[in-house]
Amino acid sequence: MCVLIFVDQTEGHIKKSSYEVLTYGVKLAAQIGTTAEALLLGTVNDDLAALGKYGVSKVHQAANETLNHLDAQLYAKVIAEAVQSIGATVVVLSHNQTGKAIAARISARLKAGLVTGAIALPDTSNGFVVKRTVFSGKAFANVNIVTPIKVISLNPNSFHVAVGEGSATVESLNVTVDPSKIKVTAVNKVSGEVPLTEADIVVSGGRGLKGPENWGMIEDLAHELHAATACSRPVADSDWRPHHEHVGQTGVQIAPNLYIAIGISGAIQHLAGVNRSKVIVVINKDPEAPFFKAADYGIVGDAFEVVPQLTAEIKKMHNN
Amino acid sequence: MKILVCISKTPDTTSKIAFKNGNTQFDEAGVQWILNPYDEWYALVKALELKEKDPSIVLHLITVGTADCDPVIRKALALGGDEAIRVNTDSTDSYSIAVQIAAVAKEGGYDLILTGKETIDYNGASVPGFISELLDIPYVSLAIKFELNGSVATIDREIEGGEEVNEVALPVVVGCQKGMAEQRIPNMRGIMAARTKPLKVVAPIAVDALTSVVNFELPLAKAGVKLVAADNVAELVRLLHEEAKAI
Ligand SMILES: Cc1cc2nc3c(=O)[nH]c(=O)nc-3n(C[C@H](O)[C@H](O)[C@H](O)COP(=O)(O)OP(=O)(O)OC[C@H]3O[C@@H](n4cnc5c(N)ncnc54)[C@H](O)[C@@H]3O)c2cc1C
Ligand SMILES: Nc1ncnc2c1ncn2[C@@H]1O[C@H](COP(=O)(O)O)[C@@H](O)[C@H]1O
Repeated sequence: MCVLIFVDQTEGHIKKSSYEVLTYGVKLAAQIGTTAEALLLGTVNDDLAALGKYGVSKVHQAANETLNHLDAQLYAKVIAEAVQSIGATVVVLSHNQTGKAIAARISARLKAGLVTGAIALPDTSNGFVVKRTVFSGKAFANVNIVTPIKVISLNPNSFHVAVGEGSATVESLNVTVDPSKIKVTAVNKVSGEVPLTEADIVVSGGRGLKGPENWGMIEDLAHELHAATACSRPVADSDWRPHHEHVGQTGVQIAPNLYIAIGISGAIQHLAGVNRSKVIVVINKDPEAPFFKAADYGIVGDAFEVVPQLTAEIKKMHNN
Repeated sequence: MKILVCISKTPDTTSKIAFKNGNTQFDEAGVQWILNPYDEWYALVKALELKEKDPSIVLHLITVGTADCDPVIRKALALGGDEAIRVNTDSTDSYSIAVQIAAVAKEGGYDLILTGKETIDYNGASVPGFISELLDIPYVSLAIKFELNGSVATIDREIEGGEEVNEVALPVVVGCQKGMAEQRIPNMRGIMAARTKPLKVVAPIAVDALTSVVNFELPLAKAGVKLVAADNVAELVRLLHEEAKAI
């Protein structure tokens, strides 16, 4: 019996969301009176023994190069095999891009009930009940997993990373890896930017900014805050900004610590993608803009005046 | 070549979300049902584009749900597709839904199964993964671009901060999102044609659910916005730093 934590990596480095999952898995193991162990697929440059600092006693590594790229079919097979050989009863992973591809496959392979997009530790007082977001963040569901093995994927940015002392033993996991049926022919990363779904702070612009030529001030503010940039749907639809920046019900759903919405009205479909943000700041010249109802802080004013000042004030703070 | 597109119905994006029976059930009163936007705008329209290029493609739509799904599946047929299949059962357990779709897919021998990346009500992002595992075929999720050359698909999928191009031989399950295709509006001819297209209702197979919803909760209301004057931006920075500890 143990909680097995899937640690996701890309290009030799462990992803930020995996540290959240480590903390979640370790706390869950303590809650149900068992140990937490980690599983990593592929090869990495990071020091795996150092994962002990997050509370895992052991890290299993399937150091097979085929596994350096995601192939959901192969990943699920290897992880399910590991679950059985290690004797894990709970598998936790991030509800990130990789998690969305593999969680259900692992679940189906093991006939293990799955809750995706969990936001809290399960309530194990009566069953195994996991809280998750539904209706695009407009509600929560408490879902009971009724099978002996459970799979949980955790929403990114919904759990604080706890780091202490310690060192884990690293063991290599012997698994058979079939040749991948997926050939990765290119990886195109937008360089120099903070990935939107991993960002702590997001600066977002809407149609109120009038045109793509005005995004310089948004980028300056984002740069000063080390933030990612996002936009409303009409902005992406008009090709003012790249499609991957579109947040909302039909775009990307995010839950950063801070979301700064500039010149966005706050339509219900937009809110559905950002309403799980911890702190929301709205800058809009219309005091009646619906976004103010969902905001924690707001300025009623012209973005073209307020935003440059905001950047300057933050710079001042950083210099002090 | 045969394509199967998975269609689910969801409450209209502006619906008020409420629950009944001690918060154990979604309150459907007054809710307008629509096609899940990812299924409609991206999965279905992509399939239509493929069929327009190659009219020999057989395009089937499938939904798992009770008879109240019929208007929505007819609306999907109005956009295109040869016939629709409805598996007559309902569940909040995504695995149970996927088992039904996988059974039909196995029987039908489809080369390509397109789904939305997620439903906007349950947001599981799990049905396509389940289907692919049940069929033991590759799965590419969060797809933003799809091209077909003979029996090999080239698919761009979202990764953190960019995209990755995958090449995979059919059959494959693809979870579609924005970028895949342009949104379309059904026209009168399509709506008329949809009335006479076959909608096959099939009985579900037995399956044990792996999860069950205990109840729902609504989020606590926000305390209310703290407004700062436009000529006092420094105060906003102070609040964000000292009070919210967000910067
Ligand atoms: C099925 C469906 C799905 C959808 N999905 C999404 C989605 O995923 N994401 C999304 O964003 N939208 C989505 N939409 C669209 C959504 O309904 C809104 O139309 C959209 O969010 C509006 O974008 P906006 O706020 O940028 O523009 P607008 O509504 O035009 O608002 C612009 C705002 O800028 C303010 N403004 C103007 N000038 C200034 C200035 N100088 N300084 C400060 N403020 C200024 C205005 O007061 C106004 O509030 C969807 C719609 C449908 C029907
Ligand atoms: N009841 C259903 N019938 C048919 N397809 C479905 C159903 N539920 C989900 N799907 C498909 O699976 C995708 C992901 O759904 P979900 O896992 O619920 O987020 C959807 O976008 C649909 O394409």
